[in-house]
Amino acid sequence: MRNPVRNMLMAVPLLMFGPGAPASADERMPVVTDALTKAECGACHMAYQPGFLPARSWKTIMATLDNHFGEDASLDEADRAQIEAYLVANAADRNGRTGWMLRGLGQNDYILRISEMPWWVREHNHEVSQRAWDRAGSKANCTACHRRAEQGWFDDD
Amino acid sequence: MHENLRRLTLIGALAVLAGWPAAAGDTSARQLIAQFAAEAGTQPSAARGKALFMGTHTGGKPETPSCTTCHTRNLKAAGQTRAGKAIEPMAPSVNPARYTDSAKVAKWFRRNCKSVLGRECTAAEKADILAWLSSL
Repeated sequence: MRNPVRNMLMAVPLLMFGPGAPASADERMPVVTDALTKAECGACHMAYQPGFLPARSWKTIMATLDNHFGEDASLDEADRAQIEAYLVANAADRNGRTGWMLRGLGQNDYILRISEMPWWVREHNHEVSQRAWDRAGSKANCTACHRRAEQGWFDDD
Repeated sequence: MHENLRRLTLIGALAVLAGWPAAAGDTSARQLIAQFAAEAGTQPSAARGKALFMGTHTGGKPETPSCTTCHTRNLKAAGQTRAGKAIEPMAPSVNPARYTDSAKVAKWFRRNCKSVLGRECTAAEKADILAWLSSL
C-alpha cells in the first residue's frame, strides 16, 4: 500500500467515476479511503476528507508539516509523499472541478484551514451558538457537533 | 550464485524475526530506556524526566508550552489534542501498548520535543522522560 505509483494507478478509476464533492452540504462527503492518511492525519484530529480543500492548499499543508498550525507534525518523506498524492488526487478541484465548495475562492487564495473556506464560514457563522463553539473547543473538532463527520455526513446540524 | 541466494534468504528471515523495519511490539520501555541511556552515557532519572515533562518551557511553539498542554498532568487519564481529539493515557499501567513501538516513540519524541522545546530531545532527556512515564 505504500507504493505511490500503485496508489496513483488505483486512484484512476476513482478519478473517472468516483463521487465528487457533494452538490450541497446535505449530501455525503466521500470518506478518506487511504489507510495511511487516516492513521497519520487522524492521530491528532479527524482525518478531514480531501474534498474539503483544493490541491494547492493540500500541497502547501504537506510542505509545511514542521509547523502545522502551531505544532510539529513532520513525517518521514515516503509517508508524507504518499499522503500528499492521495489528498491531491481527491482534492476539491481535482480534474478541473468547480462547485459550491470553491465558490468565493480566488485562484491564488491559499487557504490552509478548512474553517476559513468561504463556504465553511457561510455555513457556520450565523447558526452555531456560543455554547456549541465552547463545547467543541476548536473549529477543527468537526465530530463535536457532526457525529458522523468521519463517515462523510455533515447534515446533522 | 546459490550460496548468495541462500545467504540473502537467511538475512531476510533474520530481518523478519527481528521485526525489521520497526513494528508495533518491537520494543519495551525498559529496552528503550537502556538504549537512550547507553547513547547518552548517563543514568536515567525519573525525577529529571518528571520535571521536564511537567515544566513550562519557552523555546518551542507558543501553542504548546508544556507536554501537559495536551497530555494534562494526570497521565493515567486521556489527554486531548488542541484539535479536540482524545490522546490515550501515557501511563503503561492503564495503557500497556505505550512504549512498545520504537518507530512511534521516535516520531512523537521528535515532533513533540520540537513543539514544546523548539528542538529535539537529547538521548539523556528521552531516557529520563521514559524512566518517569514508564513508572506510572
